[in-house]
Amino acid sequence: MQGLSHLDDLEAESIQILREVFACFRRPVMLYSIGKDSTVLLHLLRKASRPARPPLPLLHVDTTWKFREMIAFRDRVAAEGDVQMLVHVNQDGVRQGISPLTHGSAVHTDVMKTQGLKQALDKYKFDAAIGGARRDEEKSRAKERVFSFRSAQHRWDPKQQRPELWQAWNTRIREGESVRVFPLSNWTELDVWEYIRREKIEVVPLYFAKERPVVMRDGALIMVDDERFVLREGERIEQRRVRFRTLGCYPLTGAIDSRADTLDAIIEEMRASRSSERQGRIIDHDGASSMEKKKQEGYF
Amino acid sequence: MAAGMLRFITCGSVDDGKSTLLGRLLYDAGMLADDQLDALRRDSRKRGGDALDFALVTDGLDAEREQGITIDVAWRYFHTARRSFIVGDCPGHEQYTRNMATGASQVDLAVVLVDARKGLLPQTRRHTYICALLGIRRVILAVNKMDLVGLDADIYASIVEPYRALAASLGIESVNALPVVSTDGDNVGLRSGRMPWYQGPSLIELLETLDAEAPPPPQFRLPVQWVNRPDQHFRGYAGTVCGGRVAIGDQVLVLPGGQGAQIERIVGPSGDLTEATSGQAVTLCLDRELDISRGDVIAAAAQPVPVADQFGCHLVWFGDAPLLPNRSYLLRLGTATVNARVTAIKHKVDVNTQAPLAARRLELNEVGYCNIDLDRPVAFERYADNRTLGGFILIDRQSNATVACGMLDFALHRAANIHWQHTDVDKATRALAKGQHPLCLWFTGLSGAGKSTIANLVERRLAAQGYHTYLLDGDNLRLGLNVDLGFTAEARVENVRRVAEVAQLMVDAGLVVLVCVISPFAGEREFARGRFADGEFVEVFVDTPLAECEQRDPKGLYAKARAGQISNFTGIDSPYERPAAPELHLHAEGQRAEQLAEQVLAYLQGRLG
Repeated sequence: MQGLSHLDDLEAESIQILREVFACFRRPVMLYSIGKDSTVLLHLLRKASRPARPPLPLLHVDTTWKFREMIAFRDRVAAEGDVQMLVHVNQDGVRQGISPLTHGSAVHTDVMKTQGLKQALDKYKFDAAIGGARRDEEKSRAKERVFSFRSAQHRWDPKQQRPELWQAWNTRIREGESVRVFPLSNWTELDVWEYIRREKIEVVPLYFAKERPVVMRDGALIMVDDERFVLREGERIEQRRVRFRTLGCYPLTGAIDSRADTLDAIIEEMRASRSSERQGRIIDHDGASSMEKKKQEGYF
Repeated sequence: MAAGMLRFITCGSVDDGKSTLLGRLLYDAGMLADDQLDALRRDSRKRGGDALDFALVTDGLDAEREQGITIDVAWRYFHTARRSFIVGDCPGHEQYTRNMATGASQVDLAVVLVDARKGLLPQTRRHTYICALLGIRRVILAVNKMDLVGLDADIYASIVEPYRALAASLGIESVNALPVVSTDGDNVGLRSGRMPWYQGPSLIELLETLDAEAPPPPQFRLPVQWVNRPDQHFRGYAGTVCGGRVAIGDQVLVLPGGQGAQIERIVGPSGDLTEATSGQAVTLCLDRELDISRGDVIAAAAQPVPVADQFGCHLVWFGDAPLLPNRSYLLRLGTATVNARVTAIKHKVDVNTQAPLAARRLELNEVGYCNIDLDRPVAFERYADNRTLGGFILIDRQSNATVACGMLDFALHRAANIHWQHTDVDKATRALAKGQHPLCLWFTGLSGAGKSTIANLVERRLAAQGYHTYLLDGDNLRLGLNVDLGFTAEARVENVRRVAEVAQLMVDAGLVVLVCVISPFAGEREFARGRFADGEFVEVFVDTPLAECEQRDPKGLYAKARAGQISNFTGIDSPYERPAAPELHLHAEGQRAEQLAEQVLAYLQGRLG
């Protein structure tokens, strides 16, 4: 690909993967998590189908514990009207009152995120679900396929994954089976930010540093986003200049002290950074190789 | 990053220290974050060591951590100030040829690791062969664990020299070698002070500066991936350009159908374009309505992409169940999916020695050379010319598993609607009457290599022994049967095809046929081979160095070619593809023709009945 820049190369590869989904699946969907990776993915989705509108809907599995700014951002994206936004909440979990604060991150994530996702996939009978996961995020992701095969029970079996040669993907599945598709497989976190800057893509403001009310809990800076967050003894809310490197459920997402309030500053900060992206994700630390176990159970 | 991106793989045998080298590479490039380093220190101590065990950086899955081996291709990402890298960690374990092929299909460069204590192993040869088979033309040889052989320059040289010869014989065009100690980091990120006899760059420096990417194929090709038709006002053909460039107004041909059209509009990722080049994902609009669907290929009208439904190809078998000839599989090539069956396994390849072996089936991780038959024609290119239009996968129709990858070599032409007329007197009868087993000796080599001289000596001896022979000489045939053919690549292909057909008829007539043609292209020699029954085709590679042929120059042709008076001359401005596995390899340098003829006669001993 002489003459194409590194970002052009990644962009072209992602568009090719998305078009493969358009062409080969009957009921595809894009999982939309509102974060920077999903935002880049949506941008690429629009490019892949240009000048037509994206030929598939977005699905947000809402755990009811997302940051308020995330939900506002999602609703603005939906209001643009060129793409259908489906929102699914695991009502069983809501009835049981599942909360990350009382049930812990493992139970909350399993019920509201993993089970919620499976419910939605079954409800709409999606045969391909596009996600924004990148191989550089975590060790077990390094071996993930671009087209990752899932059984009818949504299980991921590392031994059943198909070898992927060239761009000759094998997209064939039987009734009930599905694939997860990862167009950003070969992107790094830095690539994502450089692309956001180049393409002038709007992202959730939580990525930029600002004075925010936070509490130090279990070694992480947790933002107090609504009244459901109850202070423990000895905890106190302080105003700190922080931002988020990844976004999820607010009680499970650690902020970092930062002064980076522009894209240039974020990219500069990342180049100098000495910690990895998922450090702020509390759910990854649940056990050794915990991400691999979650994937086998059907987590994205 | 201006230098663009480099995608490469690392391959080596178990315990060569591959994972350690990769971990060290990431560490030296400053890619390990503090929390990852903490985890590494913790895990290293758990394994009972004080020093950092860099192999733990890249071993991802639970199962392989337990077994202590890497069982799948893992992709890693790192960058330096000069370049971004994507590196595939390919397993070295015996049964995972599949993963090596997978990794190799995505990259242009391989880092091959060798343990300095062990030197070249059968696995080294296998890994290099698979890299070459998948089209990798550039290799970095990292001789690791130099500290365990006393940092000895002679030991290093005793590994590098034979490796260069090996790589060249397999078709690797370029080898950069360097000595490393991956546990300590010598020559990984920084040049080592401990091996002053090595003055070259470190591994990272090499990776930063090598220009590994093969130039894209020159002719415009776009496999139609998705027809974008939101309403009656727009119809576009979306796909990724896999060769050449295209501009508005260009004449194109859509294959396999063969309809012509003109490019009216090009939609790029950020808006309309006036032209598009290799690697870009675009959408093309044509000036007229045609019936085009996914799997068709839009190509430059002046250089249309060939179409065929029968091929000779290499297959790497991935399936747990073996490949059985004549079973139907789905074949995916470019964006087309068709039904296919393997009609003949010509031979399988011993991946350690590249020797052809007779085979009735292919088992997991075996490589074979096969004829494959599709249920409809597809647009294609030779894999050597275009990976996208020459590389395919086979899918099991029941399980949907990917059971093989294949590399197209050349098309076999089927004479449609013409049926073979049965005759009562057959080859066996005719051979019996002559009291011999007919076969074809196919002499290939550069002009002036000595093909005709050797063949002439062989024929004299055979005739003296009472065998019925015929010598088909390429030059002589060009005075008659092939008088209409020149020396372009296309004409050479046709020349060899005709010679092969005539030779086959003569073998059918019961004769021992000696063919002398340069036959520079492996594809056509394989085509010729495909015209004969097993054991009837003997490829004799008359291997005379170009310099010696040029010095002999019996017909004064090299002098003319050098003077520019004739063009397309093999060895000068037209390539000669060395046979990978000839039945007979005559190393002709410094040998007399009589000695070489003896070698041929010795081979024939007992084979002519």
